[in-house]
Amino acid sequence: MFLSMNWISDFVDLSGLDKLALIQQFSLSTAEVENDIFFKGSDISGIVVAEIKSVENHPDSKKLHLLKVDAGDGVLTDVVCGAPNVRVGMKTAFAKVGAQIGDITIAPRKLAGYTSNGMCCGESEIGISDDNSGIMEITDDIPTGTDLKAVYEIDDIVFEVDNKSLTNRPDLWGHYGIAREFAALAGRPLKPLDTEDLSAYDALKKVDLKIEDPLCYRYSCLQVENITRTVSPVNMRIRLYYCGMRAINFLADLTNYLMLEMGQPMHAFDSRKVEKIRIKRFDKPFEFQTLDGVKRHVDENTLMICNDNTPVAIAGIMGGLDSEIVEDTTTLTLESATFDAASIRKSTVRLAHRTDASMRYEKSLDPEMTDVAIARFLNLLKKYDNAVQVVSALTDEYAFRYDTVELNFDKSFVDRYTGIEIDNATIIKTLESLGFAVKEENGVFDVVVPSWRATKDVTMKADIIEEITRIYGYDNFAVHTTRSPLYPVRMDEVKRNEEKIKDILVKRYSLHELHSYVWAYNDELKNLGMEVEDNIKLLNATNPNIETIRNSMIPTQLCQVKTNVGYAPDFGIFEIGRVVTGMTENNLVVEKKKLAVTLYSKTQDVKTLYFALRDMLAVIADDVKHTPLTFAASEPQHAFEHPVNRNTILMNGVEIGMMGIVHPEIGRKIDKKAAIVFAEIDMQAFGEQENTSILYAEPSKFPPMDYDLSVVIPKGVLFADMQACWADEGAGILRGVRIVDSYDTDLFHSETMRFEFSSSERTLSSAEVQEIMNRIIENLKAIQVVLR
Amino acid sequence: MDKISELRAEFEQKLTQIADLVDLDRLRVDYLGKKGSITALLKNMKALSNEEKKTFGAEVNKLKGYAAKRVDEKIEELRKAEVEREIAAMPQFDITAPANTARGSYHPITLVQRQCEAIFKSMGFTVEDYPEIVTDYECFEAVNIPKHHPARDMQDTYYLTNGQLLKSHTSAAQNAILKKYGSRLQNGVPIKAIFPGRCFRNEATDANHENTFFQMEGMMVDKDISISNLIFFMKTMLSEVFQRDVKVRLRPGFFPFVEPGFELDINCLICGGEGCPSCKHSGWLELCPCGMIHPNVLREGGIDPETYTGFAFGLGLTRLAMMKYKVKDIRDFNSGSLKALSQFTDDE
Repeated sequence: MFLSMNWISDFVDLSGLDKLALIQQFSLSTAEVENDIFFKGSDISGIVVAEIKSVENHPDSKKLHLLKVDAGDGVLTDVVCGAPNVRVGMKTAFAKVGAQIGDITIAPRKLAGYTSNGMCCGESEIGISDDNSGIMEITDDIPTGTDLKAVYEIDDIVFEVDNKSLTNRPDLWGHYGIAREFAALAGRPLKPLDTEDLSAYDALKKVDLKIEDPLCYRYSCLQVENITRTVSPVNMRIRLYYCGMRAINFLADLTNYLMLEMGQPMHAFDSRKVEKIRIKRFDKPFEFQTLDGVKRHVDENTLMICNDNTPVAIAGIMGGLDSEIVEDTTTLTLESATFDAASIRKSTVRLAHRTDASMRYEKSLDPEMTDVAIARFLNLLKKYDNAVQVVSALTDEYAFRYDTVELNFDKSFVDRYTGIEIDNATIIKTLESLGFAVKEENGVFDVVVPSWRATKDVTMKADIIEEITRIYGYDNFAVHTTRSPLYPVRMDEVKRNEEKIKDILVKRYSLHELHSYVWAYNDELKNLGMEVEDNIKLLNATNPNIETIRNSMIPTQLCQVKTNVGYAPDFGIFEIGRVVTGMTENNLVVEKKKLAVTLYSKTQDVKTLYFALRDMLAVIADDVKHTPLTFAASEPQHAFEHPVNRNTILMNGVEIGMMGIVHPEIGRKIDKKAAIVFAEIDMQAFGEQENTSILYAEPSKFPPMDYDLSVVIPKGVLFADMQACWADEGAGILRGVRIVDSYDTDLFHSETMRFEFSSSERTLSSAEVQEIMNRIIENLKAIQVVLR
Repeated sequence: MDKISELRAEFEQKLTQIADLVDLDRLRVDYLGKKGSITALLKNMKALSNEEKKTFGAEVNKLKGYAAKRVDEKIEELRKAEVEREIAAMPQFDITAPANTARGSYHPITLVQRQCEAIFKSMGFTVEDYPEIVTDYECFEAVNIPKHHPARDMQDTYYLTNGQLLKSHTSAAQNAILKKYGSRLQNGVPIKAIFPGRCFRNEATDANHENTFFQMEGMMVDKDISISNLIFFMKTMLSEVFQRDVKVRLRPGFFPFVEPGFELDINCLICGGEGCPSCKHSGWLELCPCGMIHPNVLREGGIDPETYTGFAFGLGLTRLAMMKYKVKDIRDFNSGSLKALSQFTDDE
């Protein structure tokens, strides 16, 4: 919203103050002011009122005229002018030699053989409207030679306030409310609005009016006749233009002017079309043509202004074409009303039509304003057109009144909230300057909130704090830390694990952390031959490609691998992100935080890569939990998993994740020559496992003894099966078993295992070790593992 | 006696021909071993008189000592020669060849998030984790955004078919955190928590807009938490984040979950407040919304607003990462591109 300092100054005397500093203060205390501030008229000088004394056609040009102009300096000036609307006796804006218009300095200039000693100006050239149809026509009675700036408010400072920052301030949608803020900031009084006393017309007949729907809070109207003026006063037009509106005609301009001044939207109907004003909704949707000529689909939720049963306007949004003021309109009905804000907002959304009026109504306007607005409207109407006659009494239905908001608080409340000392006198002065009625006794305040702040904005004590502090100025706050006691802070286990895992994967394994989206991308998955698995969907995804929430992060990572093929011959990626794995009984999603890791390699075979991934996970488990992982073969659960070598990952016997190899169908589409393996760990399940600390084993002072065993292992026998053969045979001295060598022939698989024995109490004898080994060898034989 | 000098000459001659330790050891065994030539000399002493035995034995022992000393000298000589050869064999490396610095990387959000978390942890804040999919209650109702509140229009929220939604702001965690720690307030333990998280807005993406982004929210609740405290914490945090003394300013801002609410600006990092294109010539950058927690939000979290006050703030982690690393296109963060993202190896 654009704001004019001249307009604001109508209501508060800001003379002698630094206007820019005030605007800056307004930005810090009230609402955000955009950076660009416009110094209107600053590039205009030397333009005077002049009268055209004679007009001759240029002999060689159809467009140009040769004028003699009286610019008030006692001589007639020769001017060549191309405007079509020149005529003798017309007063216009004249830029004398030496005048400044933008970057141009006016100098005598030859035009088609004749010298022009100055220039007659159009309004767009002076920057006071966008009318470039001809030179400005001045109808006001002003002596020639008068500097235009002396009679018209061309000089102005215009600034723009971000509408978003006014969302909660219905009182700031007009200059008067803004002026109240400036008055409070400057410490100067706010002048009352000039209004007309409407009670003078109480004896006249009332308008037939009835509110039939609670969505209309108040409806005030007045009928007037005999408006003769068609063009608005220049200053009014300038203000409208500076504030971003085009002048249309006097009546339309005046309703707009009033809206920009008071924030109260108004509408003028042809009285013939609103003989019985009814405000209501209809049972069925219908089509309605608004005054901009557009036919709109209006549904049964939309509040309408009607003439009995005929809709004439969409309440709070726009008038209808049929009830508009036309040529032969004699009597007008002025509407000034308040409607339910949420209803207007929703109608606006449904109609996809937001207007200056609806924008204001959405903010919960003060219903107390409707009759004042009419009184102000009439004041201005009469000021500029004294033939106007009021032909009805003020007709006012006030269906819904907001409660008066009274708040009580004490000084200690203010002290506690602010953390600084603001004295009672300052509190009172600040609140009063904003229109609050304040009573204070012994540090206890009773405050009545003004109606324009009481529609939703100020409802409780904390709101009062804002009023006091924002005018006090946050820059003036002394800042200090809190006096709260200190207690140790414990890190959330899942969060702690997360950070450790990231460090291990990045620092030890040189993996890259990537982020992705929480939904499955249909297109990308299709390119890799994957279907999006059914899962909960977004209701309002604008892009159908992203409507399904993912149930696994692996497809996402496979897409990421595809993106990065060519980045390096080997790389690994990981992410700790979310998936949805199902629904609860209460129809809530089961959201899981997962660690997903995918490794890609062109240089390693799939087995090596798969074991590298397995080892990585084992290190994570050992580092973070000091607990070993176990792995069990399991059935694939997704189409992207290779049917062979799919494993469940367990810790303490609890399933915490899975690992696998990409299905060749998909692998080929990513990279025919690369191995791709992946794992996914449930961070919650992982986090819930007991966090054992390191069990320190003192190094033995006695020599260890190794025993190597080379065995031939039949197909299908796993290391885990062999492990069972020595699990109970170690007699407390078998410390570990490592594979030191392994090889395969077509016929068998062979491994050399090193059994490591040591005791912390004595030197071991070969005999006791041999005895243990004999038992182990016997056990191995039982599962067909034999010595080579 | 002649045999002794013969043997000595023979030993000397052989010793000079020795070139490595293996041969030397063989020589040592040949002469000095139990069955060695020198030891063998003693076996021939039976024929000698006791007097002769004495003299002969002494000579043999002398030879023995001599040979052992010579072997030791030879060992040292060979060892030195070996080291010399090793030195000679060492090539001059080209240390100017490019270093291989390939290693893993963190997501830039992780780096920025860790820095922020560290600052708050050092000031006694807990770090809270929260789901990404939340209920309407958590995201709106509980934080003073009832149905039909205009603030709901400001958030283009992704709804799920079951009525839940992708959280549009980290404030969705406020209620749960207040409830989690609220009971400790009466024991004098303040609520001090930060909660970073991923948020979602249903909007079209471009270089400056993402539908998926990270925020970090923080709050503190205790008996006398004031606006003055809020400004202090904001200034302290931002000075730590940017590693310099930042100037901050507060403007009134409207957010339903705070009252009073503020927009916090910091003086532009690029121009230092002089005005430049980055700050649209204002000298200030709008950085984080903050305010005093709305009494309704406290009440909904089971905390009596008459007794306790608190502040809350939000910080756009994604935005902060863009500023910190001068990332021009916000979409880079979720691009999955290693060309872009592998650069963030470490930042501490």
